[in-house]
Formats: sequence, C-alpha cells, structure tokens
Amino acid sequence: MLSKTFNKIYDTDIGYSFFNSKIAIISSAIFFIILLCSVFAGIVAPYNPFDPATVSLMDAFTPPMWSEGGSASFILGTDQQGRDMFSTMIYGSRISLIVGFASIIFAMVLGVFLGVTAGYIGGIYEIVVMRLTDVQLTIPSILMALLVYGIARSIITQSMHDEMAMYVLIFAIGISEWPQFARVSRASTLVEKNKEYVSASRIIGLSNILIMFKHILPNILRPILVIATIGLALAIITESTLSFLGVGVPPTTPSLGTLIRFGNNFLFSGEWWITFFPAIFLIVLALSINLLGDWMRDALNPKLKKR
Amino acid sequence: MSLLEVNNLNISYPTRKETIVASKNVEFTLERGEILGIVGESGSGKSTIANAIINLIDPPGEITNGSIKIDNNELRDNEELIQSIRGKKIGFVFQDPQTSLNPLFKIKEQLIETIQTHLNLGYQDALNKSIQLLKEVGIDNAEKRIEDYPHQFSGGMRQRVVIALAISCEPDLIIADEPTTALDVSIQYQILELLKDLTKKRNLGVIIITHDMGVIAETTNKVIVMRHGLIVEQGDTKELLTNPKSNEAKSLVISVPPTNKKIDRFKLISPDGKEITSDSKNLTKNIIKTWGIRENKNEKLLKLKDVTKIFDDNSLAINISFGLKGDSTDKVVKAVDNVSFELFEGETLGLVGESGSGKSTIAKIITGLVRPTNGEIFYNNLSLYNSNRKYQIDKSRGQIQMIFQDPYSSLNPRFKVRDIISEPIKFFQKNISYTEFTQNVYDLIDIVGMTRQSLDRYPHEFSGGQRQRISIARALATRPRLLICDEPTSALDVSIQAQILNLLKDIQDELHLTMLFISHDLPVIRQMCNRIVVLKDGSVCETKESEELFNNPEHPYTQELIRLMPKIESII
Repeated sequence: MLSKTFNKIYDTDIGYSFFNSKIAIISSAIFFIILLCSVFAGIVAPYNPFDPATVSLMDAFTPPMWSEGGSASFILGTDQQGRDMFSTMIYGSRISLIVGFASIIFAMVLGVFLGVTAGYIGGIYEIVVMRLTDVQLTIPSILMALLVYGIARSIITQSMHDEMAMYVLIFAIGISEWPQFARVSRASTLVEKNKEYVSASRIIGLSNILIMFKHILPNILRPILVIATIGLALAIITESTLSFLGVGVPPTTPSLGTLIRFGNNFLFSGEWWITFFPAIFLIVLALSINLLGDWMRDALNPKLKKR
Repeated sequence: MSLLEVNNLNISYPTRKETIVASKNVEFTLERGEILGIVGESGSGKSTIANAIINLIDPPGEITNGSIKIDNNELRDNEELIQSIRGKKIGFVFQDPQTSLNPLFKIKEQLIETIQTHLNLGYQDALNKSIQLLKEVGIDNAEKRIEDYPHQFSGGMRQRVVIALAISCEPDLIIADEPTTALDVSIQYQILELLKDLTKKRNLGVIIITHDMGVIAETTNKVIVMRHGLIVEQGDTKELLTNPKSNEAKSLVISVPPTNKKIDRFKLISPDGKEITSDSKNLTKNIIKTWGIRENKNEKLLKLKDVTKIFDDNSLAINISFGLKGDSTDKVVKAVDNVSFELFEGETLGLVGESGSGKSTIAKIITGLVRPTNGEIFYNNLSLYNSNRKYQIDKSRGQIQMIFQDPYSSLNPRFKVRDIISEPIKFFQKNISYTEFTQNVYDLIDIVGMTRQSLDRYPHEFSGGQRQRISIARALATRPRLLICDEPTSALDVSIQAQILNLLKDIQDELHLTMLFISHDLPVIRQMCNRIVVLKDGSVCETKESEELFNNPEHPYTQELIRLMPKIESII
C-alpha cells in the first residue's frame, strides 16, 4: 500500500524531481526534523527551560559536554541562568517557527487578496494598490517591521505588552512582506484573466468574486507557493533580527534571536556556546527552507526544467 | 543526383516515461525546381523532419538512424558542414514573422550579417545585394526601407523580409515551416506566389510544411502525407489529391470544406476506411425532453444598431495626468465602426473578415465582455445595454453562449470536466434535484459525443478536438438560444474540424439554435452559414445570402477575398 502511494508520487513530475534532487531531500529532511522537534518540544527536550523548578543557577555557564568542565547532563552547555542550551533552542525554534508561519500566512492572505483583486478589477483601484506596494518596497522590510512595532507598542497599554508581543510581531512582519505576494499574484492574474475560460465564466454570468477566487486563484497558486516558502525563511530571519535588537518576543519566552542576543554579551568572556549554537541553528533552519524554496521554484517552472 | 536525399530517417525524443518516436523510416528525395509539400495533423512529425535537415532538433531529441544528404554530402553528425550550409545552401522561413526577426536590429544589419557570414563580400557590396534582394521579394522603395526596424513592417512585409533573408546567400533549398499560417488570405496568396516565382527563377528546391490542403493544391508538385512520424503516402500532388489511397490521405482530402459548393454534412473517414457522414445522431432525445420542444418562428432574435467600439490607448494616461492632456487622437483605434445587422431565429449568420476586422470584438460586445462606445444591441427586443452602457446580463439569462477559438485556454485546467459542465447548470437551476442534475450532465456529455468516463478527468488529458466538444457541452448547459462560435475550428486539424462542424450542425438542427459563426476561413463560412456579413477594418462591406455572396460578390473587397482563397479544387 505504502509503496503504491510512493510509486504514484514518484510518477508525477514534481515527485520525480524531488526524489532526484539531493538538495531537496536533505533540506526537507532537516526542516521536518526541526519542525517535529519544535512541535513536540515537551517530549524531545530533556528539560523545560521555562519551569523555574528545573533550572538552577548553580549550573550557569556550564560549557558543552565535550569541553573541559562540561557535563553529560547538558549536551550543549547552559546559559547564564543555568538553562540547558539544547532545550532552550528547541523551545526557541518553536517561537520562531510560529511567528514565521503565522506572519507569512498573514502576508499571503493580505497580499494575494489585494493582488488578485487589483489584477482583475484594474482601473484606479489597481493603480492605488500597486503604487502602495512600490512605496512600501522602497522601505527595507526590517525598518518597516520596526516602525509598525513601535507604533503598535505605543497604542497597546503597558501591561499588555508582553502578552501581545507575539501578535504585534506577527503583524509587523506580515505587513512588511505582503507586497511580494501582491505583485506576483497581480501579474499572474493579468495573464489568467485574458484566458478564454475566464471569458466563458463571465458569459455564464458568474460573479466577479467567484471568478477571482474559484477560477483564477487555483491557477496562480504555484508562484505564490514558491515565494511563500522563501518568504518563510525571510520571516524567521526578520523575527530573529527583531528579537536580537530587543524589540521582539519578551525574554521570558526567548526565540532564537533572543538567545543570540543574550549570548552575545558573553561572547568575549569565553562563554561562546551561548550565542554560537542558536546562531548555527538559525542558519541551518533558514538555509534548509531557502534551499527547499529554490528547488520548488525550479521544479514548478517548466521553463527552467532540465532537458 | 538529387538535391536532397533523406534515407531511413529515425528521430526519437526519449522522455522519462517513454520514448516518443517523432519520425520513423522517413524516406524522400527532392530535385531542383520542385516544391514538396509535407502535410499531416498536428504532432505527426512534419516540423521535426524540417528541423532535422538543418540540425535544429531540440534536445533530448536525437536522430537515431538514417541519413540526410545534400548534393551527396552527408549532413548527419557533421556539425561543421551543417554550420557552413545552414543559411547558405539551405534557407529557412519560419511560421511567425513577428518573432523570426530580431526587433533590435535594422533590416539592413540582419541581411548584411547573414550575407557577410557566408559570402565573401565587402560592406558596400553586401548592402547593394541586400537592396537587390528586397526588391526581388517585392518591397517597394527598398533603398529607404532597408533602414527600418522590423516593427515598422506589416506582417506580410515582414514575411517577405524573412524570405529575402532565406534567399540572401543563394541557397539551393528553402524550407518553409507553415510560412503563411499567421497571415491573412490576401497576403498568403502573395507570399505563395513569391515562393513559386523564386523556385522557377532560381531553380530552387522548396519544402513547404503546412496543414492547409488549399496551399498544397495551389503550390506544390509533390506531397508527403504523415501520421505519427510515418510517411503514409507520397506522390505527385494532383494524383494524390484526386485519388488518395491511404485512410489518412483520404481523410485529409475529404474533410476539406469545398469552396465551390455547399454540402449538407462533411464526409468523414471511419478507421476502417469507409466514408461516413455523421457520427452523432439520436443523442439529443433526452435533452429535448428537458428543454421542452422549441420552434423557430423566424423572428428577429438579435439586432445590432450602429455599434461602434473605439479602443483608446490614452484613456488611462489622461486619468493620471489630471488634465495635462496630450494629443489623444493619434492613438484611437476604431475596432468596430457603425456595424448594424440582424439575426433571425434558427439561422446561422457568418461574420467573415481578416485579422483586425473587428469580428471578435463584435462577439465580445454581444456577450458583454467589452462595452461598446456607441450604438445599441437588442436581444428579443430588449436592450442589452442600459443608458450607462452597463451590460444587462439578466436580459438574456444565459441564452447567449459562446464557443472559443483556443481549446487549450478555454477550459479551466484545475477543474474536472464534470465541474466545468455542471457549474452553469448549478448557477441557473439552483433548486435542481441531484438525479435530475446528474441526468443533465450525462445528456450534455452524450450530445457532444464523449464518453461518460471523461467526466472525471482533467482537460489536459484530452486532445484539441475533444476539448472543443467539452466547450460546446459547457455552452449548451445554460440552454442557450444563441450560440456564438468565435473561430471554433481554426486551431484544429482539418479532419477534426469536419467532425466539430458536423456536430455543430446536428446540434443546431435538433435544438433549434441560432448561431453567429465567426471565421476568417471562407470555405468553412460557406458550409456553415445561411447569411454572411463581410467585415473590413471594423465596418460592414456587404451582407448577403451565402450562396448569393459566393456566386455573385458585389463589393470589390469580397471579390478579392473569394478570388484569393486557396482552392483545393483548383487542381482536380
């Protein structure tokens, strides 16, 4: 049964391209291992770094197990509060991935909606939407996120800050990423809307909403999927950057960026592992998603197909 | 010694799942002064052979066996020799003159580059020769026009330039791959005459690849019929057209719409070689039950009055520049200019004209895809556009439907056939019961002659002709009274065209449909229509009963069109 499904997948062009690309297999394997670890962090991680009962200040600054003074109970050492680095990173990647996925979905929904409607309706509405994307693309996305973050903080009351921090972050990153989706989906919609199946739907009398989202949208999903994958890596890095700058998630629930920032203080006093391992982890995560996105772009684009 | 000798040529395209054989044991010869036609349905391997001769087969395709000899020199696997011959000894004319010239270079540069690559001439000599060539292919004022860029020429002129390029190094062989398919009838005639002329004057060998039997009949001496990469028949053109032996050749010849008479239904060749007339009958019984019996009272169904459509490139620019208005008159295109005609119940009205004559725009205006600038359209005496020029779709309630030209883009590739056909049914009959609904879908798929299994497949699994059938089923799903067919068969092979046209006639007879049939193909129009409207540059030249129009054309433009259309009968 299983081999039958495998054969069926292998038989499709995408499946064939996937199983014949070492990069795609390796990077997706790494990504899914990280994803599963972070989803089942409670089972995978040896300690719960957020439970004060398991954390002891006595264990602070333990180096990784293979270096002098290391302990087998803390594989990658501990940070300044005595938290196990390995566990903290797993929990941290969970925050990073949640923020990454949520913000990219937010950007995708907003961007695709505006892009498809702009491409289909046209006229003044299209001009306004597309000029808006142009303006926003002149502002670096990190700056945009910082700006949104700053404004949001001043609106939300002080006591709510920590609670709302993650949502603000998702909103800030999502808002800075939507123009990509709007541009790509508008361009694809312009191609699709001149095809005759759209004319046929209009002659039948279907409503514009139905034509846009039932007929056109499924036909433009491929390029959107590609930029969503690459955008996910970008969103995770943006989140880490913001957290590194101290404007991201609160220190009580550290993400990978927060961990790197903490460790940065101890980099020159000899405790390199506190910043080194989260940084490597972040690079591996972002790289695996990016490589997966690269492969997807090539595989879904018939023009780039190898002959 | 023959000019070109192809022996036992085998070409295959290995893909992941299977190896596609594009040509198998192909053998033919070509002498100087001969024009050889290669015909066949799409995918039969016509172009592959042409590309093989000049070694332009796209990888992964490869010649697996055989030989290609020019003047007894083996070309296969001899890259160096081909390099020196391609462009010099062999000239190539491509299908689409829009893309076969480099838009960034002047005509002069493109001609001189080719000439200097192959002939040992100085710049001035090459220039003089280029001007001479342009004159030879019939371009007026060649000394001046040689300084122009390709976009400054019309389609026909551009094809002349391409031919000038092909003959620039005094080739012995010209290969023309669908040289006139993208061109209008009158320009097609000129280009073919030019090719015939050059063949005689320069004693060339010419290979013309085409799917148009009229072109074959009027230009070639010898013809090859191909199917699935095999040569099924070859011989003298006259002999083959009058007395075809193989099923494929018979089917190609018999399904060509005759230009000199009107026939009731096209004849088809069944797989066992017998002549049949129609393959769809008695399929409409069920559907008539649900539709109710219809009668044609011969009343006016559709009326167009002074319809004008102006395409204005500047409209958007003016909006943005807030009144900083430039000269807006120079970009105005009158696509449809004061067109009026009437359509009576049960008849088929033909709209005929060359590209840019506004045929399709009229169809789009009637169906509400494009707003007219001026004029009125009445359906059943109700105006289809209100005073704000907004389309009132509830006035026709799905009774106007359309069949499109391109079967590859007219079906949503992400929908199963069942969903494509059922969407309009669900839209117009919201309270339909499930059994009735399924019966409706089955009736529709039956009536267009497809199997019920095909409902669960996606459009890409079907051929062009089958897709066009699905398209017809979708159009019938709303129970229309008026069916607009916009070039429904111009993307199809001739035998498939005959099937689809027969199907349309059957459906029309049994369901009492009224049709507006749009085409540039005069023989097809003659077979399909009761009355014909001839369009030129957006305005009506003449409107007449169709037999009357073909026998007695009044307007000079109509006379010209009828005189120039390629006639398969010219040889028989």
